[in-house]
Amino acid sequence: MIHRFNASGRNFVYHSDTAAIFELDEALTDAEIGAELASPESPGRQLPPAGFPLTTLVLNVTNQCNLSCTYCYEYGEDKIVDTENGAQPKFMSEQTARESVDFLLAEAGNNEMVHLTFFGGETLLNFPILKSTIAYGRRRAAETGKHIDFSLTTNATLLRPEIVAWLIDNQVGVTISIDGPREMQDQFRVFKNGTGSYDIVAPKIRDLLRQHTARPIGARVTLTSQTLDVKRIFRHLTEDIGFAEVGFAPVTTASIREYAISDGGFDKMLAQFQELAWEFCETVIAGRHHGFSNVKDTLEEIHKGVSKAYPCGAGLGLMGVSTSGDVALCHRFAGSDDHKLGSVTAGVDRLVQISLLEKHHIDNKTDCTQCWARPMCSGGCYHEAHTRYGDTGHANLHYCEWIRAWTDTCLQIYGELSVRRPDFLNNRISAPQMEAVS
Amino acid sequence: MKHLKPVNQKAHRIADVVAKQQGPPGGQPHFPLGCALVFSPGWEADSTGGTAGLCQPVERDLFDCHTGCFWPAQVPDQLNHAADWTSKCAAAQKDWRNIDLVFP
Repeated sequence: MIHRFNASGRNFVYHSDTAAIFELDEALTDAEIGAELASPESPGRQLPPAGFPLTTLVLNVTNQCNLSCTYCYEYGEDKIVDTENGAQPKFMSEQTARESVDFLLAEAGNNEMVHLTFFGGETLLNFPILKSTIAYGRRRAAETGKHIDFSLTTNATLLRPEIVAWLIDNQVGVTISIDGPREMQDQFRVFKNGTGSYDIVAPKIRDLLRQHTARPIGARVTLTSQTLDVKRIFRHLTEDIGFAEVGFAPVTTASIREYAISDGGFDKMLAQFQELAWEFCETVIAGRHHGFSNVKDTLEEIHKGVSKAYPCGAGLGLMGVSTSGDVALCHRFAGSDDHKLGSVTAGVDRLVQISLLEKHHIDNKTDCTQCWARPMCSGGCYHEAHTRYGDTGHANLHYCEWIRAWTDTCLQIYGELSVRRPDFLNNRISAPQMEAVS
Repeated sequence: MKHLKPVNQKAHRIADVVAKQQGPPGGQPHFPLGCALVFSPGWEADSTGGTAGLCQPVERDLFDCHTGCFWPAQVPDQLNHAADWTSKCAAAQKDWRNIDLVFP
């Protein structure tokens, strides 16, 4: 399938079968393009090789949180795991955390580099475990001849000077969940008594950003129907707070919730994303940094020509560990018995893993067969699909139009940069980046 | 590739593969060979029992035999001996009389 786009006054095609991008020097029909490419027949559906190495392990070090964000997929109306009265312990033990490190190193196969990410609940509620696990992880990685890298996601409420110092000393990558200026942050990100968290977190984040400069600290924004002012949020977080990178994601929720983004909301979000994306393009061409990470991440995939059989690495190169040590598809399913892949002590149940890989393969998503944006989207997030349709293997049909329009915009920007700043694509975009866990 | 300039990394890899696969240009048939590739709706009769109302002219059938080798034995061999057998027949419905016998 061929998707055409124009950039910088030139004609380009995105070839969906291969995710390759070509510039056309004259008007060709789809058939003529196909003939020039002489595409070999598709090898058909192939599962990843057995024993696919693990790259990233996400540890839910606690399922408790000191905030009560109304939209939260972990505590809100759409939660999967009962974290209050369920079987899962509220905090991960030191023993389980160590076993998780050993599991990661063992499952990493020949991978020399592995990532350990701490997640929650509110990650910093279990700070003692973070400290001991990082020390243990470094020692074990050295013994096994691997490099290990650490990151965490936090709501920033519990940051204090000694934690900041520790983050810097250990070069821990940090992603902060924050929704924007005070009135937007305080709309959903509230304490249990309903008080907003903005005034608590803003000074702490500024402190962190001022001191922790070794690794870029990203802001991760959840967009809802009531906080959909993307540009204003971006300006506030970059200019007023000082974040180098800001990434946005629409709230994961059943469509009936008041905060769910409607079709009209998706249009509004798209228009603002497009405006920011073109601003990114012009800024980069002028040789300066722009922190809109959604466009940067997409450009990186476009540049490589990523063609995905699966929307993400969940259950493959990335897994989530619950507080009890159960291993799940990803951190969003950690603790759910229905999405359990094994445990850090018993290892991965290969039969369960294979059946999930069979089920989630893009070739099983008939809704996606006629879509040109398939190589980049691959049906979208399993957790989103589970929340919307009750089935992790369902394509996320509620945002197809959005994904196609956004991908088309990113392709145009890619074309523009390929003409005007090819050095940016070759040098800046190709560098491997760590995905923020949210 | 003549008119496609690779832009992203994947496209460069594909261009390398295509360059290796392609032999010298020219001499290649313009029509897919082999019956399995050709869909022919059939030419038997229209709703009145005649041939005037078919969606394609009945004379078009000659080309099914010729290039798509639907009945390969009944027409000249367009690959080796009679490549220009239909060269005077641009529109089968009106020019079919220009198609002549071929003597080896």
